[in-house]
Order: sequence, then C-alpha cells, then structure tokens
Amino acid sequence: MTTIFNVWDFLLILLYAIIPLAYIIPFALMAVYAERKISAWIQNRVGPNRTGPIGLFQTTADILKLMQKEDIVANGADKKLFLLAPIVVFIGSYAAYAALPFTSVYIGTNINLGVLYMVAISGFVVAGIIFAGWASDNKYSIMGSLRSAAQLVSYEIPTLFVIISIFAITQQFNLRELSEMQTSNILNWGIFGFDGLGYKRILLIPVLFVLMIILFISTLAEVNRTPFDLPEAESELVAGFHTEYSGMKFALFFLSEYANMFAVSGLVTAFFLGGYQSPFGYLGNLLGLSWLVPIEQVLWFLTKGILLVCVQIWMRWSLPRLRMDQLMRVCWKYLIPIGFVCFIYITIVMYL
Amino acid sequence: MSNTITKNLKTDEMILNMGPQHPSTHGVLRVELKLDGEKIIEAEPHIGYLHRCFEKHCEALTYPQIIPYVDRLDYLASMNNEFGFVLAVEKLLKIEIPERVEYIRVITGELQRIASHLVALGTFGLDVGAFTPFLFTFRDREKILNLFEITCGARLLYNYHWVGGVSHDLHPDFLRLTKEFIDYFRPKVEELNGLLSYNKIFIERTANIGVIPVDVAINYGVSGPSLRGSGIKWDIRKNDPYSIYNKFDFDIPVGQGLAGTLGDCWDRYFVRVLEIEQSLRILEQAIAQIPEGDVTSAIPKRVKPNEGISYARVENPKGELGFFIVSKGGVQPMRVKVRAPSFVNLSVFPEIAPGHMVSDVVAILGSLDIVLGEIDR
Amino acid sequence: MKSFEEILELLKSNFSGENDISSSKEGTEDIINVSPSLIKEVSKFLASTEGLEFDSLILLSGVDDENGEKVKQEDESIDITGGTLSVYYHIESVKLVHKLILKVSVERENPVTTSVSSVWGCANWHEREAFDMIGIIFNEHPDLKRILMPYDWEGGYPLRKDYRNPEFYNGMKVPY
Repeated sequence: MTTIFNVWDFLLILLYAIIPLAYIIPFALMAVYAERKISAWIQNRVGPNRTGPIGLFQTTADILKLMQKEDIVANGADKKLFLLAPIVVFIGSYAAYAALPFTSVYIGTNINLGVLYMVAISGFVVAGIIFAGWASDNKYSIMGSLRSAAQLVSYEIPTLFVIISIFAITQQFNLRELSEMQTSNILNWGIFGFDGLGYKRILLIPVLFVLMIILFISTLAEVNRTPFDLPEAESELVAGFHTEYSGMKFALFFLSEYANMFAVSGLVTAFFLGGYQSPFGYLGNLLGLSWLVPIEQVLWFLTKGILLVCVQIWMRWSLPRLRMDQLMRVCWKYLIPIGFVCFIYITIVMYL
Repeated sequence: MSNTITKNLKTDEMILNMGPQHPSTHGVLRVELKLDGEKIIEAEPHIGYLHRCFEKHCEALTYPQIIPYVDRLDYLASMNNEFGFVLAVEKLLKIEIPERVEYIRVITGELQRIASHLVALGTFGLDVGAFTPFLFTFRDREKILNLFEITCGARLLYNYHWVGGVSHDLHPDFLRLTKEFIDYFRPKVEELNGLLSYNKIFIERTANIGVIPVDVAINYGVSGPSLRGSGIKWDIRKNDPYSIYNKFDFDIPVGQGLAGTLGDCWDRYFVRVLEIEQSLRILEQAIAQIPEGDVTSAIPKRVKPNEGISYARVENPKGELGFFIVSKGGVQPMRVKVRAPSFVNLSVFPEIAPGHMVSDVVAILGSLDIVLGEIDR
Repeated sequence: MKSFEEILELLKSNFSGENDISSSKEGTEDIINVSPSLIKEVSKFLASTEGLEFDSLILLSGVDDENGEKVKQEDESIDITGGTLSVYYHIESVKLVHKLILKVSVERENPVTTSVSSVWGCANWHEREAFDMIGIIFNEHPDLKRILMPYDWEGGYPLRKDYRNPEFYNGMKVPY
C-alpha cells in the first residue's frame, strides 16, 4: 500500500477481469446452441439449421432479438430490486471465474482460499434469485425463488463435505496448487488419488469416486439443472423466478445459467479430473516450445469442462424432474451422510 | 419448543391461480389452489374458457352437419368422437351398417386410440419434466396421422365416419401400411418403457400420488383408463359391446399398484401403455378379417329420425364418451348432450388433490388425461 | 341384473303415490318418470338397494322440452310460456351391469328439483351444467353456480329454446 495508484496495475487488473468475460459470452452462445443441437439429436429432430452454416448463428440472432425487445417492468414490481437481480446473479457467476485455474500461467486471482471463495461467491446467485422472485410480485416467481434458495443452501453442504475431504488429502484450498498436484499423467488425477500418497491411494480411490459423484450431483443442483431444475420448472411454475423478465434482463439470467454450468464443471475438473493438466505429456515439452504448454493447458481445461457441460445437457434431456421434498431428501438423507462418512474415512486413512 | 414456534409463527394461506394460461393445464383450465406453503389445502377447477356452444350449435344443424363439430370436442380422438355420434344417430334411425364399414370404423378408432394415448403418455412425461419421451411419442403419432391422411385427406379433424357409412373407402395401400406401422411400432413401446415408465425418478414422482380409491372412482363416474387404473375391469368395448367389438379377442389391462398404491398416477399411466398393445392386437385381427364391400350404400339420403331419445356410448381413449340425442322428428336434433369423459374425470380432481404438493397437481392432471375441448364443449 | 319391469315394480311398491312413479317410452328407450320431490329418495333407494346397486351416474342432462305456448315476438324470436323442462338421469351399475333412465320434469316457471350429488359425486358438475345451460335449480346442491358460462353472466340460460343474446355483457357488445 506504499505505491500510489498505478495506471499499469489497473490496466492489468482490467485485462485479467475481461478475459473470463471474453470467454463466457462466446461459450454461452455456443453452449445454448449445443444444448439445442444435442437435444435435437436425442429427440430425432434437426435442431436449429437456418441461421448461418448448420445454424451456428442461431443464438447470436436470439441475443440480438432479446436486445431489441421492450424492457417490461410489471406494475407491482419493486423496481430497484427488479433491475438489480439479474445483475447480481450475473456478477455471482462471473466472479466465480476469478478462481478458475484455466492454465498454470493465467488465473484470475490466485488466492489461497480459491475453493472457499467459489463457494462463497455462489451465494450471490442465491441473493439475486431471491431478489428476482421477491421483486417480480408474482406468485410463481416467489415460489421459484424460495425453492431455489432452499435448494442452493442445502446443496452447499455436500459440496463443502467434498471440499474438506479434498483438503484433508491435499492440504490445499488453492485451485492452482491443486491442479499442480495432479500433473504428469492421468493416474495422478484427483479421482485416482493425488500424486505422492503411496499405498494410501488404493484405499482412497473408491471414496474419491463417490466424492466426485456427490460433487457433480450437488453442483448440478446448485446451477438448477435437470433433474434439479425446480426453481424454473416450466410445467409447474411457468418459468420460476424469471417469469416476469424480458429482453436483456432475461438474457442476463440465461447467460449466467450457462456461465454457471461451466464454472461448476471447472470446479469438478479442478478437483478430480486433473484441472488444466494433460492426461499424458505436453507437446510443448516434447518440442521444447515452452510457450505452447499454457495453450495446451487451456485447451485441456476447456475440453474437460465442456465435456462435463455436455453430460449436464445429456442428463437434462433424458431425465424427469424431482419434486421439492424428494430433492431435499436426496440431499439430507443421502448425499450429506455419505459425504460425512467419506470425510471421516479419509481423515482416518490420512492419519495412518 | 418447536410447538411454541409454530404456534406463534404467523403463516398465511396463499391462493394460486394455476391457469388459464399455464403450460401444463392442457389447454385453458384454471385451477384455483389454496396453498399452505407448497401443500394444497383446497383445489377448485374453473372451466369454460374454451366454451364454443357445441350443444347450442347442434340444435341449429342437421345431423350430418354436426359431425365436423363433433371432431372438435376431443380433438385428439376425433375418429372415436365421430364413431360415438354416428352410433347414436343410427340408433335413432335404426339402420343396418355394412360389415366393411364396421371394420373400417374399428380400425380407424383403434389407430386413433393409439394416437391419443401417445399424446397422453408424452405430455404426462412433459408434465413431470421429461421432455424427450414427448417427442418420441409424437414421432410415432405422426405415422398414424399419415395413415389418416391417405384415408380421408385430413390429419386431425376428419369428418370421415358418416351416418350409415364412411365418406370414402380405404386407400388401396392402407391395410399394407397399417401392417407395416404395427411392425414398426411394437418395439417402440418398449423404448418408451425404458425411457419413462420404469425410470426411477418418474416412478418417484407418480407412484402414490393422486390415488383414486375404487369407490370414489365409481361414485364420481370416472371412466376409461383412469377407472381401470383403480383396478376395475370396466371397458365398454367388453361390458357393453358396440359395433363389432365382440368379434375381437383382447384383454382389458387394469392397474395393479405395481409401483405404489393401487389407483395412483403411475397406474393410470401404465394402463395406457398396456392398452396400446391391446389396440395393436385388435388392429391385427381386424386387418386380417376385413371383408370387401361397398362403404357408402347404407348412407341415407336424408337423415330424419323419428321422435325419441337415444344414448350411445363408446370407449374413447379418455373414457366413456356418450351422446344423448333428443329428437322431435325433424332434420335437426332438439337437444344433443355430450357425456364428455374428461369433464367427468376432472370432476374428481378436487376430491383427490388436497394434501399433495403443487408439483403433484400437474402430475394428477396429466394422468387424468383431460382435453379441454371436450370439457368446455 | 334386473329387467326394467322388475325395477319399475320395485320402485312403485316402495314409493306410493299415484303420480310419483310412472313409466313411458320415448323412441326405443324405456323411461321411469319420477316427480321432482322424490328424485333424491328414489336415487338413494336405487343406489343402495341390494340387487339394484346403481352405483354410477353416467349422465345427467337437462333438456328444454319446448312444449309450452310459443309467442312470436316482433324480431322473429319466440317466447315460451308454460310447459316443462326435464332432467334425464342415465344410471348404471358397474357391479351388476344394468342401466336405467330416469326422468324428472319440472315446470318452466318454477324449475326446482332436488340435487342427487350426495348420492353420486359426479352429479355435482352435471347439475351445475344443467343449471348453467337450462336454468334448472337443484335444491341441496353444495355449490350451485355457473360452470361453463362466466360467473357473472346475467343474460339467461343459453340452451333454453327462447334464449336471446343479451345486448351487452360487462359493457361489451355481445353480437359483434
């Protein structure tokens, strides 16, 4: 704090902040397109195929249309909160990208509590959704947002169990360090036990599989995807908390949903699937081109994340939706006890 | 401790108007729900948003002119609607129908039943959040509609069954294509079972939900698959055979409470799945037996029945469809009253809904398989 | 399973009174005519007596019999005075597989009868429809209000033969 405000620092921070945004928007556009195309394959349909080559510009056109739409604020709505809600939701999902380890070189903020930061920042999304539901002055919205709040808060607990289990093994909250521990080959990935644990890995592997599934399920619930998409269950609550939103505000909700999908996939990847590490060696190391390595790492991270997003899409189009009490039952009666047992088991194994 | 909290906590009931514009009320139904949190205390359906004065129109039209209007009652099962109406008029006229016509009516009726059940199963999946089975069933329904299209040119509203006959004979390829369809379609039912019927989440959502006990079902006049879902072997095709249904060998599937309680949503759903197989069996037999003949010979030049009343009923995909006609001897009926199965089936809804959650409302409505065109007429 | 004559005899022996129970034939259908004051008791009897057990009401339909005195108005429409409105009950026993048709006729000027919704649940909505369309009033009905027409419709009962469209509904012109 001795230096005065430095322009270059500021620009650097800005650059760091813009990189995720430059990624989120094209990703969301392509993810929506992928969602529609994959669902079309699953359902024997063609999917979007008119706008641009094989319909690639469909979502771009949709966004352009949404921008031109009239911005409606319902009469009974609480105007300030109503306008604030989509922004808060988007901030929540955007800020999560700050801790995602895209490569060993670039990470938004390399803070030591990266994991906890991601969990904490997802609370923004809850707040935003409650704002949206409350401010809309619509019964469906308020029910959707209440469901969402209950769901998100509940499913943070199994997520945290997984996180402290991993912490017990690695002593790390830093996502980059976590990724660094899974280096060199596929057997060092989190799901196969981390590097340098020796015989304990054999004891840990089955538990780690379970933990990965718990983390995947609970993050699925946190981003409100099928089978946990109750807050926006279209056959019950019309569109849930964003029923009253139109135009660009709706687009922001939409955007943050897809941004969130990738963020949680990134989290699962960083924990269990080697983060940005290649499952085998790097081409850059082989050729002696050290600048190639980070690029490969980005590609690996994106590939793993997008694959998980595809799994989410696949699940959405093949499963029905749970009911509220069943959703809570899955969390409190199954995920949390199993997560707890896994945590105890891991601490015992690590103590040995 | 917890008691004092709940005692002092001020909670309020919420009135939620589900509909008339709502994605899963199958049209323009409004259900007024009194909620305690997500739990339903009271549910009252309000209907009439699709009222098109069918019964008033009938009083100003001649009998053959009414048939196209009949199509628009349960627009997912137009063939069966026409079947019921022409039976009622023929009962008044006391005319004999050529055998080929009877077979054609049965074949089209059973194809229509499969089509209607496919929509029911698909939209039920949609109501509980499974989107994909919906498009699978619609893909197969499309094939049936193609068959209807080559038969009478229309895909949804046919005006095909006429008093005393049918408007055209079958297309020369019709029987062959129907046979092909049966062969194609049989395995698809298994596909649907794998995707939806035995899905764990789907069973969780539908088993033990919306149970209609046997006595309530009978007292409320529930009919069709909804009644059979409660375990009663009651099918008008067997119990009060009309047309030539007594010539065919088929079973009446009933609910057995396989997934949960007898008479729950899953039972009603699964009865429909099993009925598709029975309809296929009837179709096979009918195609094998259908005789040659003239289909328009018995169509009367002028439909002018004597004074009297007649009530004819058919087993519609939704339930028992009846037409009650009062004739004063003119070319127009004096009164036509429709016993709409969806109307009667929906009337049991306020009885079974309380105690369930909001999500279950759509499951119950979906399993009753209502069509608002028929409820509001 | 009992024949029509047997049921008629049973009813006649249980409900005395010269004009309360009678039979008639309309077209090919045999009908039992019941007086409005008795319909609930008759229904209860039919539903609960062993050997009859009519446990299900298939259809309840209100009919304007159009048998009153017709007066032609200036604008070609007709007014009907006198005559009757009728209610037909198609009932059935799911257990014993037999059917029966009951008929209740009420005066057009005083169309009051008794509800059977305590006997058969589905009569509730059917009676509401008969009230809505024909204007027959069912006493003891739990919630007799319009069902297909708007709740605040004041233009009369549309399925009566002398029905005329009202000029306005809630300030909107009706014959548009």
